[in-house]
Amino acid sequence: MSAPLTAAADLRRLVGRDLRRELRTPDSLMVNLALPVIIMVLFVYVFGGAITTGSSGLDYIDFVVPAVLLMSGGYGAALTAVTIADDLTGGMIDRFRTLPISGWVVPAGHVVASLVRNVVASAIALAAAVVLGFRPTASLAEWALVLALVTAYILAMSSLAVIWGLAVRSTQAAGAFSFVVLFLPYLSDGVVPAETMPPVLRDFATHQPITSVVDTLRALLLDQPMGSSAAVAAAWLGGAVVVSIPIAAVMFRRRTAG
Amino acid sequence: MNAIHSTSFTDAIVARGLVKSFGDTRVLGGIDLTVPTGSLLALLGPNGSGKTTTVRILTTLLPPDGGSAVVGGHDVVRDGVAVRRAIGLTAQQATVDDLLTGRENLELFAGLYHLGGRRGRRRARELLERFDLADAANRRVGTYSGGMRRRLDLAASMVSAPPILFLDEPTTGLDPRSRVELWAVIRELLAAGTSILLTTQYLEEADQLADRVAVISRGRVVADDSPEALKRQVGAERLVLRLAPADVPRASALLSAPGGAEHEITLAVQGPDHLRHTLDELHRAGIPVERVELRTPTLDDVFFELTAVAA
Repeated sequence: MSAPLTAAADLRRLVGRDLRRELRTPDSLMVNLALPVIIMVLFVYVFGGAITTGSSGLDYIDFVVPAVLLMSGGYGAALTAVTIADDLTGGMIDRFRTLPISGWVVPAGHVVASLVRNVVASAIALAAAVVLGFRPTASLAEWALVLALVTAYILAMSSLAVIWGLAVRSTQAAGAFSFVVLFLPYLSDGVVPAETMPPVLRDFATHQPITSVVDTLRALLLDQPMGSSAAVAAAWLGGAVVVSIPIAAVMFRRRTAG
Repeated sequence: MNAIHSTSFTDAIVARGLVKSFGDTRVLGGIDLTVPTGSLLALLGPNGSGKTTTVRILTTLLPPDGGSAVVGGHDVVRDGVAVRRAIGLTAQQATVDDLLTGRENLELFAGLYHLGGRRGRRRARELLERFDLADAANRRVGTYSGGMRRRLDLAASMVSAPPILFLDEPTTGLDPRSRVELWAVIRELLAAGTSILLTTQYLEEADQLADRVAVISRGRVVADDSPEALKRQVGAERLVLRLAPADVPRASALLSAPGGAEHEITLAVQGPDHLRHTLDELHRAGIPVERVELRTPTLDDVFFELTAVAA
């Protein structure tokens, strides 16, 4: 077998290992699958009645679904920090390193497993949203773009999570990253309209990356004006991936060099 | 007092002058080791003596600051990939996945060794049989006992049937029965021609398994010999005599044995005659003995003896 094919086969095995582990950890599986539904219900029924959607004119459920998608997908993606820290603090990494596999396959396996896991979790969140009254108007092509965008968001967050997981020394500290990622959408235009926030926060919320992703998702799912948000979102996510993957690779090599 | 062996292609592992520091702490101060093909070398030493660091360097997990090492004919620094292909490692910390079953673990590693689906599954089955884990093959490793987990770890190291095996304190923390079972497995591997470097804190373990024992203390090899020679040097058994503190200096001079604690002297005994002779001598000199104790030599005794000789 050629080198790229061998690496792809190794990657597949490591992804399989991660997914198997996930399925055998009922608590984390529940969190991964139930959290999106819980957040969705919480926003639609508990907060929804009290929040106006400002100038967008959307129903609150339509307004909030993109942010909830990013919260649930991002939360799960951030847990990649824990899966990598588990390998590093346990002995597994020594076993992997004595195997004739490329070093990058190990973190890449965690990232790909995270993609699979969280795209599924996002689909569940979306299904829950539809049950609760979310009525997207996207065409097939727009759905494909939604999938691409959510996948890119999860990829970016998973890669950043690998860096975090490599930087900290314990699995507990690794878990802290998921709170950052879960919290970030609150400070965007995704949960309440940015125009209702005080000036400094409004500026942050308007310009932080999640707002551009939320706006793009709204445009695709609900026929809202796209503006420049798609280009901005693509730049943010593309930039995060392009920057974080080499950093993660170098850190992984350093961290495992003894 | 390091034994000098000639380096040849028949040596599985050759290390010369390995040096390693972590920050200001020098962990290895020039380690020389040779493991002839098909033999077992026990690296005997207490915690913190540099055993694990030595193993990590020889298994390419850690680069040395100085010195060189050739494992399976390949340089560990320049040709790590080739070294990794020739070795198996059972580290101190278990390196198997708790959430997978024993079989899944072995099939995963077989896959990552690129054995191919059917060959990998067959290899996993063989190893489960050989390491007495067939009954537990489909149970998650999290439910295994310490001994079973070590055996699985060892099986995982043998997936690719490597000619050279590193075992870092394989029996630490195991109950006596599991320890004896693991020894039997190690002997089988040795009989099948595997070259093994094993680290241990137990003199008995080195004695049971090793063709040769290298005693390591503070990052240096202080003795490198056969277990028999080492035991001869250390003495078969220890005689501990409890005396009145005032008598200790005189008894110590009389028996030319160093005084240990304030009211004790300890000396190696070379059989029953030597024991009787020692007690007679004290009796003639009018030194009363409060208590007599015989015990097998411990690692402490080995170190005491060897470092005393070296100093």
